[in-house]
Amino acid sequence: MAEVDIDKLPTYLEIPAIQKDTMAGDGPFKASIEIQEQLGFPGEKVENWQQIAIEKIAETKSKYRSVQVFLDACVKCGACTDKCHYYLGTSDPKNMPVARQDLFRSVYRRHFTFAGKYFPKLVGAKELDDAMLDDWYNYFHQCSQCRRCAVFCPYGIDTAEISMAAREVMNVIGVGQKYSNQILGRINKIGNNLGMPEPALRDTLLDLEEEIEIETGVAVKMPLDKEHAEVLMVTPSADFFAEPHIDGLIGYAKVFHQSGVTWTMSSYASEAANFGMFIGSYEVMRKGALRIRKAALDLGVSRIVVGECGHAWRVAYSFWNTLSGIGGGASDEYALKLQRQLDGHYPQPQHIIEFSYDLIQKGILTFDKTKNDHRKVTFHDSCNVARGSNMGDIENGQFILPREVIKAACNHFIEMPKATIKASTFCCGGGGGLLTDDLIELRIKGAMPRMRALKQSQENDGVNTLAAICAICKSQFSKVLPNYDFDPYMIVSVHQLVSDALILSDKSQTRAEDSL
Amino acid sequence: MSMTSIIFTLFCYLSLLLFVIGLSYKIIQYWQTPAPLKISIAPAPLTRTGVFVRIAAEVFLFKSLFRASKWTWFFGWIFHWALVLLFIRHLGYFWPGDTPEVLLKTEPFKYASFPLIIGLTGLLGRRIFVDRVRYISAPSDYLMLILLIVIGASGMLMTFALYYPDMGLVYSFAEGLVTLNWSELPSELIFLAHIFFAFTLIAIFPISKLLHTPGVFFSPTLNQVDNARKRRHISSWAMQKETEKEIFIEHNLEKDE
Repeated sequence: MAEVDIDKLPTYLEIPAIQKDTMAGDGPFKASIEIQEQLGFPGEKVENWQQIAIEKIAETKSKYRSVQVFLDACVKCGACTDKCHYYLGTSDPKNMPVARQDLFRSVYRRHFTFAGKYFPKLVGAKELDDAMLDDWYNYFHQCSQCRRCAVFCPYGIDTAEISMAAREVMNVIGVGQKYSNQILGRINKIGNNLGMPEPALRDTLLDLEEEIEIETGVAVKMPLDKEHAEVLMVTPSADFFAEPHIDGLIGYAKVFHQSGVTWTMSSYASEAANFGMFIGSYEVMRKGALRIRKAALDLGVSRIVVGECGHAWRVAYSFWNTLSGIGGGASDEYALKLQRQLDGHYPQPQHIIEFSYDLIQKGILTFDKTKNDHRKVTFHDSCNVARGSNMGDIENGQFILPREVIKAACNHFIEMPKATIKASTFCCGGGGGLLTDDLIELRIKGAMPRMRALKQSQENDGVNTLAAICAICKSQFSKVLPNYDFDPYMIVSVHQLVSDALILSDKSQTRAEDSL
Repeated sequence: MSMTSIIFTLFCYLSLLLFVIGLSYKIIQYWQTPAPLKISIAPAPLTRTGVFVRIAAEVFLFKSLFRASKWTWFFGWIFHWALVLLFIRHLGYFWPGDTPEVLLKTEPFKYASFPLIIGLTGLLGRRIFVDRVRYISAPSDYLMLILLIVIGASGMLMTFALYYPDMGLVYSFAEGLVTLNWSELPSELIFLAHIFFAFTLIAIFPISKLLHTPGVFFSPTLNQVDNARKRRHISSWAMQKETEKEIFIEHNLEKDE
């Protein structure tokens, strides 16, 4: 358990009085020259960094309407000030969404607005100097880009857009974050965030197959690079090694097994996560999306399904069609071939929750719910799924479908307090490229609002299981739950619940053997 | 015409000019800046109608603000609606010729100045007394509220405390601005203050946070339809990058054919 001084969980979630500079500091570890250059960014802070940064701000606001409008439209009404989990957990005023944006906005005003150029004091316009850059680095890496603030803003101002823009500006001048950029280097080189090469991945999957067969007596397969399978499964690489993620992967495999739909994973595109979003780089994000398109084309699959990963699903659902034409409407030759290849009866891409939900509706998956009777389950809406995506193409489907899947597999499902779920869900505290040990204090403190809500559900309803559909949430909770006197093993994948209760039949086993 | 009248007439036109040019510039800028990605925020509408309803709920009801903070919502909402009513009431002054029947009926809208002042005072109070809001406030944030309070209060003094200027002069001055038939304006200090601050507000509109007015309509998180899987959404610059294969992974399409 990480040693960080935290207050006892409050009885009620209170809005703290501001305490300046409680989270002042140098921010997370900076990326090395090598890491930066791998991504095409300068290795070190460039000589004329101020000039380059201002030029980059000008470029960004001319390419992103969000940035331009959000910088202008804020009236400082204060609606967002008590909505950020990092503010609630740290009391540092610069963690109030508007104050975080203002680090960027004050520079924008100084350089790009009439009032800021001629009356800087009047409108709070400031120069991008060393102190300001330090604040940028520190506080834009205290934003998990969860977008809870945007839900409450009367103009929909999304701090995530500003924090992404700021991180991109910093990368361009050679000030990058080690954690995110190192991971991006690995995915570009090897194909996943872990840097796990094909042989290691194959071994892992074989071990898992063995493990499932020993446990269930059914030969559930986990195919890798199998050409002409129906489904390409793209999942966060944490699912291959981390607890509790791996039990979710077993769950997907069992679902595919039971459905009779042939599937495969790809060793070339063995990662659903796309940290390009965290650093605000369209280009890096596109590169990640193109890998998946290439894998889908090479393997000749007719469906693409994405595993339990929050930001990956936002990227897949909201951005893939834009980035690489996975979906309908793109017109380059690769996208056209993919469109011919993919099955138009299904949305592309699909979330594993949508996949399982459909099978449950059709009665193809059957459960022995009593297997989960020792669990009183609650569901943590992961922010990127909740606020940046949809499922099932019905209004609020991203809230409905995961709950229906859980309820199909469990008898005891309990909601956490209303103000902390669905569109208003609190971030786990580790999203947006902050899931690194050098930010552990922030992560623990930022988890407080979610932990408070969980504690309430534990005390009132006896909740003992926290289910999530995001690799980052699962890792983060495993780490911080003990700091708030919870059992670290209470966090599970939704597909672990599915896995534990799913009734496996031998019929499909025979079919699988036949095809060998 | 007196010097005061000439200066004020010029000032009014200058303000309107700044307003029209500045606001047009900003609206064109917002219009032309692409939104490269689908970033609509939950609860995201799946249809255009849904987007229309959502924006309407924000513009007319301040729905998100209501969820966020009931006090800010209450003060903000009554202030904005009072402002709309008072704006409508003032149209009569500028209407060339006989004031239409419908505008004559807006006389009771003068009472909207009470909720206007209550709303503004409440917002100012929040800014001063709530530590979080105080922290994020720049001098301009206070001044904007004070400016609006001064405009409202000077109007109320004329209307309710009977510091009426010569209403004939008010009408002919205001109509004159519209019909380019300029005339003398009343010389009462309170009236001049009212006009001066009102047109100052108009002038600074495009260079201040009053840009939230066009902003709410252009906000991509609010105005996008959540249909990315079905319809491709791509910006001009991203399309160009795509055509020029700036970022690209080569692979052989013919392998299996």
